[in-house]
Amino acid sequence: MTDPVLSVENLSTHFFTRAGVVKAVDGVSFDLAKGEIMGLVGESGSGKTVTGFSLLGLVDAPGRIVAGSIKLNGTELTTLSEKALRARRGREISMIFQDPIATLNPMLTIGQQMRLAIDAHERLSARAAEARAADLLTQVGIPSASARLRAYPHEFSGGMRQRVAIAIALLHHPAVIVADEPTTALDVSIQAQILFQMRDLARETGTALIWISHDLAVVSSLASKLAVMYAGRIVEQGPTAKLLRDPRHPYTAGLIGSLPATAKPGVPLTQIPGTTPSLLSLPRGCPFAPRCDRSTKRCGTDPEMTLQDGRGWRCFHPVGQDTEVPA
Amino acid sequence: MSAESTPLRRFWAEYRENKIAVVALVVVVALILLALFASVVSPQNPYDLANLSLMDSRRPPGFVGSGGYTHILGTDPQGRDLLSAIFYGLRISIQIGLAAGLVSLTIGTALGITAAYVGGRIEALIMRLVDLQLSFPAILLALVIVALLGQGKTQLIGALVAAQYAYFARTAYGAAKAERGKDYIEAALATPLSGRLVVLRHLLPNCTPPLIVVATVQIANSISLEATLSFLGLGLPVTEPSLGMLIANGFPYMMSGRYWISVYPGVALIILIVAINIVGDQVRDQFNPRLRK
Amino acid sequence: MLGFIIQRFIQAVLVMAVMSIIVFCGVYAIGNPIDIVLPPEATQDIREEVIRRLGLDRPLYEQYFIFISNLLQGDLGRSFVYNIPVLELIGGRLPATLELVLISVISATFLGVSLGIYAGYRPDSWISKTIMAVSVLGFSVPSFWVGLILILFFAVNLGWLPAGGRGETVEIWGVRWSFPTLNGLSHIVLPAVNLALFKLAMMIRLARAGTREIMLTDTIKFARAAGLSEGTILRRHLLKLISIPIITVFGLELGSTLAFAVVTETIFSWPGVGKLIIDSIGVLDRPVMVAYLILVAFLFVTINFVIDLIFALIDPRVRHGASA
Repeated sequence: MTDPVLSVENLSTHFFTRAGVVKAVDGVSFDLAKGEIMGLVGESGSGKTVTGFSLLGLVDAPGRIVAGSIKLNGTELTTLSEKALRARRGREISMIFQDPIATLNPMLTIGQQMRLAIDAHERLSARAAEARAADLLTQVGIPSASARLRAYPHEFSGGMRQRVAIAIALLHHPAVIVADEPTTALDVSIQAQILFQMRDLARETGTALIWISHDLAVVSSLASKLAVMYAGRIVEQGPTAKLLRDPRHPYTAGLIGSLPATAKPGVPLTQIPGTTPSLLSLPRGCPFAPRCDRSTKRCGTDPEMTLQDGRGWRCFHPVGQDTEVPA
Repeated sequence: MSAESTPLRRFWAEYRENKIAVVALVVVVALILLALFASVVSPQNPYDLANLSLMDSRRPPGFVGSGGYTHILGTDPQGRDLLSAIFYGLRISIQIGLAAGLVSLTIGTALGITAAYVGGRIEALIMRLVDLQLSFPAILLALVIVALLGQGKTQLIGALVAAQYAYFARTAYGAAKAERGKDYIEAALATPLSGRLVVLRHLLPNCTPPLIVVATVQIANSISLEATLSFLGLGLPVTEPSLGMLIANGFPYMMSGRYWISVYPGVALIILIVAINIVGDQVRDQFNPRLRK
Repeated sequence: MLGFIIQRFIQAVLVMAVMSIIVFCGVYAIGNPIDIVLPPEATQDIREEVIRRLGLDRPLYEQYFIFISNLLQGDLGRSFVYNIPVLELIGGRLPATLELVLISVISATFLGVSLGIYAGYRPDSWISKTIMAVSVLGFSVPSFWVGLILILFFAVNLGWLPAGGRGETVEIWGVRWSFPTLNGLSHIVLPAVNLALFKLAMMIRLARAGTREIMLTDTIKFARAAGLSEGTILRRHLLKLISIPIITVFGLELGSTLAFAVVTETIFSWPGVGKLIIDSIGVLDRPVMVAYLILVAFLFVTINFVIDLIFALIDPRVRHGASA
């Protein structure tokens, strides 16, 4: 494979709070190839959003990246100054957020906000900037783009606003876009539209996409590979199809099992018992052990990532491979 | 996470972290105690006209008066020992501030919760009135009421209440309206419990945090407002000088260098108000969900 | 947007009407208005004559209508004490008050918002902590006390600034102003600072709270993710977003400042409308009281209306009739 566009190795982001150290992200590693779509899946509190922020260097105090490396287009990001990071944000890597109402400033027109994003990295004449903005709005599927530039966010529907956000993210043809739950706040019918729009855009522009979501069903329809996070770590990763058909980590299996799509009619949906642990008081060893029906005494030590055929999992008793299933 | 952390304990634990707020709380308690026991602590009873001698008037701090004791803070134009006058003045200021605050709290909360609970026309009417009142400056309102009704403790408290109940009403209304929509209230209303009980046992307790914050601020405001009114000559009668009046008495003498008559009562007033405000600030910060990470 | 303006205008008129009724009834119905006009020894005949002449024997609602019709013609009655038309009395004093209030309010807002934004942007720096501590003082200390201390310090001890009065005035457009002269300026400094303190403290706290909240929103995060510099974010995003709550409070506090001018004018013997009302209340000069209160109510309602208009202009959501 050619050099990955984004290479994350052993990333750790910790929050130093009054109540203790929260290891929101604890040793996360993955690669992203050019134009590849990866899904980052997990429940709230799993560390997926903080991972996204870490990639952009936007972790709020009292958190900070404590270890690991993030290589974007070959450049190491964790050692860069704020100024150098800012030069790359929006240009080589950008991010879109969950709630499009909150993302856009209600008091500025779309055109003004796009202009600000353009000016952050390039010096274009007013006309050139307007042309670029209108062009991108058309690309994301907003009709009468030039006229719409003068409109305010509240004049758009939720789906349209998210498209505007996507357009802004694409303004400088970044190598990677991090999308944090971009369709969660939208109507189900619009969700599908945006989903496929993003997939097509990624393909057309060659932009790699990290789709962060708690919804496995949504992500699996467009991502070519998945990474499942739990308690700050990636517990399983690999090509989407293989992962869904044949999961290794019990948590992944549990997630798949609780999807309505995989359920048999008339049989109650399987649930994963228990709740996600508080990151302030993680148990020793595998963090999923308390909820896992396959755990043994061995799970009291932290499992390392087992790598095999382009897949990886952190488990001593993976599903479907282990002969030794505890009683 | 200790098993025995009640909300009150947790609240206090977090409060303790702000050293300044703790000091402020101690100061407030100390001042209240001083005021309560003013008659015991004061070297002289400033209301007893028999005690006063004009020979002692306007003396600087440290003067040994005809009563035979040292006037630590000097005397005022009537010959009163300033320290004693301050203690008694504190008592009046705190009395009135608390009374006005508590009455406003009761009336305002009742109005606000009623409006939020009953809804409809009554809600609109009450809140319109409250809004109107809120946009009118408290001091003018109090001025006019005192002017028309004359001087006296009840009138003064009445004026202060009229000027301030609106803040409580608005806060209670906002909180009650937010809680009203929540599921647990709907559930409670679905039971055979009377509406009034639901309000008292369920709605009210959950509205208390913002009300506590407003209460501390408003008590400080009442004290400040009363002092201002007294300063302007529209507060209590001259026989019961509150801190404001003491300050007013000393104002003409400031130019000639006899500053202590105004300054010391002023300092006492400031300490009281600032301390209450600091406590209120801390309480407010702790109750504000949006600032909590 | 037009509908919005019309609706607000009608509301304003209604409020004025209600306020005028309340004020009028309150002032004239309580107590006996006649008592200050006449000496106590006046005989019954003279009393009745005066009552009749002043129209006080008519039923209250009739008195009110006469009052309103006079008001709309510009006649606010005559002062019981000075025996000159109230309009003239108030009109003569108003510029002094306006000058004081405007200077205080404008400086307080500009300074307060700037300090507050800084305190909200860098909440942990010692400068910010100092700003907040001082703002607590400005907030809680009663303004008459501050005035006293200012006089004590600057006038009595240091002798730099005068302790009261208005000083020289210059006539511009037929009205007397004092800020154009150095002497006038020296007289206005202390009372303006006194008056401004409360509003300054309030603006600082508001700007700080607003800044802290806004900087945590997704809008700012998104702007950062797009690579905007902090300076651009502060200028183009924060200022716009913070303007709404600031302007709201500005309007509310403007009225409050007008009210507090009463205290400041008394302490500094500033010959404005505030001192007039205190004196009038003291002697129960009812026409002046009523006129003053109606004036204040009118100013309030106008200010609120203007604020609403400004909102309609700067908030695009209101402009297009969407529910804000």
